[in-house]
Formats: sequence, C-alpha cells, structure tokens
Amino acid sequence: MIDVRGATAVAIADGVRAGKWLARDVAEQYLDRIARLDGALGCYLLVDAEGARRRADAVDAARKAGRDPGALAGVPLGFKDIFCTRGIETTCASKVLRGFVPPYESTVTARLGAAGGVMLGKLNMDEFAMGSSNENSSVKPVRNPWSREHVPGGSSGGSAASIAASLCAGSIGTDTGGSIRQPAALCGVVGVKPTYGRVSRYGVIAFASSLDHPGTFGRTVEDGAALLEVMAGADPLDATSIPAPVGRYRAAARAGREGSEPLKGVRLGVPDEYFQPGMDAEVEAAVRAALDELARAGASIVKVSLPHTKYAIATYYLVCTAEASSNLARYDGIRYGLRAADARSLEELYTSTRGEGFGAEPKRRIMLGAYVLRAGYYEAYYGKALRARRKLADDFTAAFAGCDAIVTPTSPVPAFKFGERMGDPLQMYLADVLTVAPNLAGIPALSQPCGFTRAGLPIGLQTIGPALGEEICFRVAGAYEARTKWHERLPPEGAS
Amino acid sequence: MSLENYEIVIGLEVHAQLATKSKIFSWSSAAFGADPNTHTDPVCLGLPGTLPVLNTAVVDAAVRLGLAVGSKIRQRCRFARKHYFYPDLPKNFQISQYDEPICDGGTVKFRLHGETRAIRLTRIHLEEDAGKNIHTDGGKSLVDYNRAGVPLCEIVSEPDVRSADEAAEYVRAIRTLVRYLGIGDGNMEEGSLRCDANVSLRPRGATAFGTKTEIKNMNSFKNVRDAIEHEVKRQAAVLDGGGRIVQETRLWDAGRGVTQAMRSKEQAHDYRYFPEPDLPPVVVTDAALAALRDGLPELPEDRFARYSGPVGLSQQDAGVLVAEREIAAYYDAAVAAGAPAKRAANWVINEVLARVADARRLGDADVPVPPAALAGLVTLVENGTLSGKLAKDVFTRMWTERRTAADIVAAEGLAQVSDGGELEEACKRVIAAHPAEASSFRSNPKLMGFFVGAVMKETGGKANPKAVNEILRRLLG
Repeated sequence: MIDVRGATAVAIADGVRAGKWLARDVAEQYLDRIARLDGALGCYLLVDAEGARRRADAVDAARKAGRDPGALAGVPLGFKDIFCTRGIETTCASKVLRGFVPPYESTVTARLGAAGGVMLGKLNMDEFAMGSSNENSSVKPVRNPWSREHVPGGSSGGSAASIAASLCAGSIGTDTGGSIRQPAALCGVVGVKPTYGRVSRYGVIAFASSLDHPGTFGRTVEDGAALLEVMAGADPLDATSIPAPVGRYRAAARAGREGSEPLKGVRLGVPDEYFQPGMDAEVEAAVRAALDELARAGASIVKVSLPHTKYAIATYYLVCTAEASSNLARYDGIRYGLRAADARSLEELYTSTRGEGFGAEPKRRIMLGAYVLRAGYYEAYYGKALRARRKLADDFTAAFAGCDAIVTPTSPVPAFKFGERMGDPLQMYLADVLTVAPNLAGIPALSQPCGFTRAGLPIGLQTIGPALGEEICFRVAGAYEARTKWHERLPPEGAS
Repeated sequence: MSLENYEIVIGLEVHAQLATKSKIFSWSSAAFGADPNTHTDPVCLGLPGTLPVLNTAVVDAAVRLGLAVGSKIRQRCRFARKHYFYPDLPKNFQISQYDEPICDGGTVKFRLHGETRAIRLTRIHLEEDAGKNIHTDGGKSLVDYNRAGVPLCEIVSEPDVRSADEAAEYVRAIRTLVRYLGIGDGNMEEGSLRCDANVSLRPRGATAFGTKTEIKNMNSFKNVRDAIEHEVKRQAAVLDGGGRIVQETRLWDAGRGVTQAMRSKEQAHDYRYFPEPDLPPVVVTDAALAALRDGLPELPEDRFARYSGPVGLSQQDAGVLVAEREIAAYYDAAVAAGAPAKRAANWVINEVLARVADARRLGDADVPVPPAALAGLVTLVENGTLSGKLAKDVFTRMWTERRTAADIVAAEGLAQVSDGGELEEACKRVIAAHPAEASSFRSNPKLMGFFVGAVMKETGGKANPKAVNEILRRLLG
C-alpha cells in the first residue's frame, strides 16, 4: 500500500487504475491524516468523510466492473471553499454565506469528479478570496506547515497548505491577483493559474470577474498539469470560456524531464522590473540560481522589459475593488446565507446583514470599489485603470516577441509571521506585486518551489507564458523540477 | 396663464418584454403567469458563482425592432451593470446596456387624428427584467422571481411628444410594431409593455426645456393618457401660481387619478455603471444583419400606405385592418383567395372582427371562418349566386357550424334565383294576388318596394333583387 505522505496525484491515480490499491484505502489514509493533523493547521473548513468514502467506492466499483475509472481515479482532492458543490455547504469563509448549500455544482468540480477525483472536503481561504495571508478567513487562519508561526499565503492558503502537509493529493483554488501562486510559493508546492477563460468560472463564487482564474495545486508540475487537463476547456455556462482545444499539459510537463538539454531552443525572458529593491536577498539568490539551472537545461536567458509593471498594483486594486463591490452586492439577507435578526425595515435588513456578515477586508474593498465607480469619477479611476490594463497586456505581448516564457520570483519575500502585515493593508497589498500583472493580462503563470531560506521557509519561482501558452510553462517548470529536489522535501509532521 | 399658453414636452421610455422561450441570460422559461418562483434557475436567481450567458434570440429581436424603426444597429455592443438595492433584483444589479446600446436613433411613425406623426428615438437597449415584490395583508413581503431575467428592450424617445393623446398613440404604435415583428405581445395589463413618461411644460415659443418630472406606474393606454393629462394640469397650476417644478419621480395612482411624488430617498440613485465583465461584447455580423433585414415582415405603416393607396381602401378602413398583424394577414389571405379588396375589407371589419374578442385570434389555425372560406362567401355574393341579405346569415352559420359557404348554400338551396322564367312566374303570382296595388302602380311608383318585398317573400329571399326589379317594371309598366 502506498504511503500517502508526499505521494503525488499521478502516482495515486496510476496505482488505482492499475488495481494496485483501492481508492477507498487511499481516501481512508487521507481522512485519517486530516483527523490527526488538520486541527493544528486549519486547512479544512468542512470534511465530507462519508461523501469521500462513497466517491472512492464508486471509483473502485467502476474499475472492478471494467469501466474506465478516469484520469484522476481515486485522487483525493480538496476544493477551495469558493467552488460551489451541490448539496455541500459553500461559504467562501464568510459569515454572510454561512449555511449556504448550493443546488448546483461548479463546472470545475463536476469535471474533476467525473474524472474519478475524490473530494475530501472544502478548504479554508481568505474571505471571498481577499487577502494574501489567509488571516482574513472568518473561521480560522491556516498555518504554514513549514512553520506554524508563519502564514501560508493567500487567498488559497488552505489549498496550498493541504498539499504541503499531504492532507490531499491535489487541490484547486482561484487566483485573482496571485491567490494560487503566492501561497504555492510560501508553502513550497506547485500552483498553476491558466489563461483567463481556459477554465470555466461557472459555480466559482465571484470576487473580481475579469481577474478570477480557477487553477490547480499539486506536489509536482505534472500533478498541477494533470488536474488542469481535466478541468480546462470550453463551457456553455461561462460566456468568457475559450473554445480552443485543451493542450497536452501532462505531456508538456514530462517533456521537460527528457534528455540533458530539454529546454534547448527555449528563450526565457527575465524582466529587471521584477527584481526590485525590497526583495528578500535569499529569495533573489534562489531565483538567480534557478535561472542558472534553467540555462544548464538548454534555455537561453534573455533580458526583457515590462515597463508598466509599476502601475500593476494600482491598476489591479482599482479593477478588483470595483468588480468586488458589484459582485458582493447580492449578499443582502433576502434569499440565502446570513439574515440579520430583528430588522425593522428593508434598509436595516441590508445594513445589518452586510454589517455583520462581511469581515473588514471585504468591507474595505466594497467601499473602495463603490468609490471608484461613483458617478462622475468613472473615467478618472475605472476608465483609467482599463487603459493601464491594456498597456500592461501590451508589455507582455511585446516581451513575448523576444522570448517564449518569462521567469521571475513569485513573491518578493518568503512567508511572513501572523499579524506582521495585518495592520497595514497597503503593505499586505504589495505581497501581490509580482503576481498581479499576469491576471490583468489574462495570461498563464505558475509557481514552483526553487529553494528554502536558512530558516527553512520555501521560495517560489514563477514562470509566465503567453495567452494559451500553458504548455511552455509546464515544459520549463518540468525541466527545472527534474533537475532539483526541492519538491521532494516535506514539512515536519506534528512539530511547530 | 392657462394651459393653451404652454407647450407640452414629453419623452417616453417604453419597456417591451421580448417573447423568447427562455430568459435573457439563463435557461428557465420566460413565460408569464406560472406559479411564483417556478420559472427560476440558479442564474436568474443570481446565486453565488453563477454566470449570465446571452440568449441570442434576444439580440435578433432587438435588431429586428431597430431595423423596423430605422435605427443604426451597433454591430458591436456591450452590456453594463446598473446597481441598486431592491429585493426583486437578485444580484442587486441589473444587467443592462449603458454607453453602447444595440440601436441608436430611429423613428416611430403612426397616425394621430388622421395626421402622420414621427417621433424620433434616442436609442433601444437590452436589459433583464426584475422580479416582483408582493406585500401580503399580514405585513409580510414576498418576492416572485419568475419575471427576473425576462428579456426587455427599452425604447427611449426624444422629447418629441406634444400631448397625452399622442403619448398613448405612440405607445400603441410600439405595441403594434412589437406584435407585427412577433418579438413580444405588448400587453400593458400583464406588464409585458410598460411605459414611463418624462413630462415638462414651457411657454409657447420658448426653446429651452422646462424642468421635467418622470411619471411611472401607468399600466394601460388609458393610464398613460390620464396620468400625463393630470400631470400637465398639475404643472401648469404650479407654474401659474409662480411656483417651480421639482425634478422628481411621480407615481400614477389610477384609483385616485393623481400623480404623487416618490420619497426622495428612493430617487437618489447613483447606478455605478460599469461594463459587465461576465459577458463578451455582442457582435452582429454583416451577414446576420442582412438576414434579419430580409426577414422583416411588411410593417404596419407600409401596409397602411398600400391599403389606403393602391388597394383603394378608406384611411379609416386601412387603419382598422393594420391595427394588428393578424387582421391584416387575414385580410390579405382573403384577397389572395379571390375576394375583391373593398368587399373583403367590409366583411372583415363588419363581420369577422365583430366575432372575436381579441383580433389576434384571427391568426389561429382553427379560426372558425378561415380567410379562404370568407373569400368563397364573398365570391358567391359577387357572382350573384348568393344575395347580400342571405350572405350575412350564411356567414353566421359558417362561423358557428364551421362549414363553407358553398356547402351551406347547396345544402339549404339558398342559391339566388336569377332565372328569368322562374322569377317571372313568381312575379305574376304576386301581381295576381294584389290586383289593387297593381292597378295603382302607375300613379304610385313607390309601390315597387312593396312588390319586390312580396316577391322576395314568395321566393324565400333567394330572388336576385335586380332581376326582380326589371321583371316587375316590365309586367306592371
């Protein structure tokens, strides 16, 4: 029987498909680990043990009956609690959605389930995906498995930490400004944000519609690719989904492992704008070393320029707050979720429900967004942000004329301590400085481990591709991973 | 100053529901009249994580309307979010169009007191309808979301309307158009056609507009007329008294016959419009536009021109026939089946329309007297087989028994007798039976009526009156 600690999703699926072990036994091991270890980590908001057993049994039954149990047969999965799951409470870690049980399933989770994935439960996050430390969960913080005094990053903190701690073999999250890649970097796992529209947003609770990207987490590049291959593709329920055929992501990840120079002919762009003062020296050193490794794998390293990078954070916070203020308007206590008691008027029902239901960060963003969109100021803020967004996208288009992918650090700093940045929202917002531009441009990017600080905290390497260039990202990341052992390192169990 | 010293300036915003099968952004039925909250789905309820997907039939309908009124069709346009909090609005924003409506400009033409009027349009845009709040006697408020997400097109006019009558006729013209195009049913009472009016007064001769008020809640043509008439009088009284009009929204209270200001709080909206990020821009290709243009039916005003021009009907009759697409189609089909145009118009207007409560039923496949059957009847009259007098009875029987005129005439022996010999015998019998009247006929020619009547009676109404006249004149003269 496989020891699931450190196991990869593809290894589990291969074993289940081959009949070497039962999906049910694999699920039981993970459920046992969650029961023993998650109390100290806080990854899960909800564990659906009975449902997981039922789903695992169905996979085993399919295999025994000679049916294809699916590409992800028996892979235990965790879903960020932003994905709607039919019949299972979905809250976005917000009080305002407490008790909300969707009568429908997100396209992403439906596809993962149809491929034999076994959902274990719903993962903790920053409320409505707003945050970079997971401290904005209304329920509990997620702790970084590498050091419990440190944050796991956010907003998909539970998704990243649960992979690092082997509390699931694959997980999904959403990335609006870095919410997959930054926690992946801080937890030492792989996090993949595909092209905007590559994965359906149907059933994914909206934070900022034009920036929200559902994506994957895995222990390895191939794991991230395997989940994405199942999730991606056009969806008639999402008008912004892309009809182009889905790439061969797993094959691309494996291609990176082949031969002595798997990246021969690949030009990797390095933008000066992503190595700025204020970056942690250990992070910079690890990333520079990774670039050297990529060069040894055959890639040519070229300088590229992304001149509008300095406008990315401001642009991002104008667009995302505007859209958030609109998307979060529906939580009013009328139809579902929290309803404030004893309201004496409609207005009081609205203000009390929203006042009690939302935490500080959603409130801040709703107010900022309402300000940005108010009559007479649209052009000065939102209109200008849309133009800046275009310039940022044009930067990438120009850069990709001279390179095949861009390599940068994911986060300028490793995991920080709880409370360190909570008092200063601006400082917290800067955690996204290296990740927001690909969201604004809608292009794919992933993060993978590329080292550890002396204190033992993971460091992340970001690879950015052109639109629909997921395959080149997987190939580069697969090549780097094949030459390094960072992904094999496991966090301590049960220690602090 | 009295009312005659003011010029009335009215602009109208008409909301027409589009009669598509499903809603504008989701799959549940857009039909009216179901049990509360049965025509709903996660998308139209705005549940978290759901996304709108545009029903393209809605775009086709709006483009057809735009083409019918000569709008410029925006072949690439966007939706926008319009924000306000209200329980009947599931997302607390409405997906509408803002700076890029699907149609710009255009003109709605109609006739008012025999004169052609042309009201310019500002724009036509698409949006989703809201649900409906229901307040119970028990002090509870309920919401029915069946209507949420039903497609609407909003037709915004320039301030070209100059009277309450004209406003009502304008709305009626839009209803006729919507029905002709088959894109909506335009029922004001059921709310599938709704109208808000911006009303202001200015001294005659002035060019600047006065301060306007917006009148809402007018759910019939009569309401439109009455509400605007009342509002005009109210404004005139305020101005005459040296007062100023406050720009505000006023609700028409049909029961009390007055407009009343809404609470100012309900009016202070900043809609915070921004482009709807969940929907890609709407694109109408050249080919699609051409196909929609080719598919347009003959429009009411074109039909009116044809009927009152080449066909030679009176304006009055032409107006009646074009009022609904189904009447005009019925009439055209009867003419195509051989009925002479003017005679067919009389039959349709006087007999057919008198027998249907809703003229649109004439489009039903099982209408009791189909157009071809009417043409058959008219032809029998025209060729002298059936007398005009009997024809009305035959029509009544056709309507109730669903039989053809030829069938009834043959079975009942109702064919008009024009045969000279047979009629002459009948006339002779009548003259013989009334010797006194016969002898006084020369001095009193008015007795002709008496004799014709008697012959008709003798022949059971089947005699051809023209032939009877000739025979009697010969025999008595």
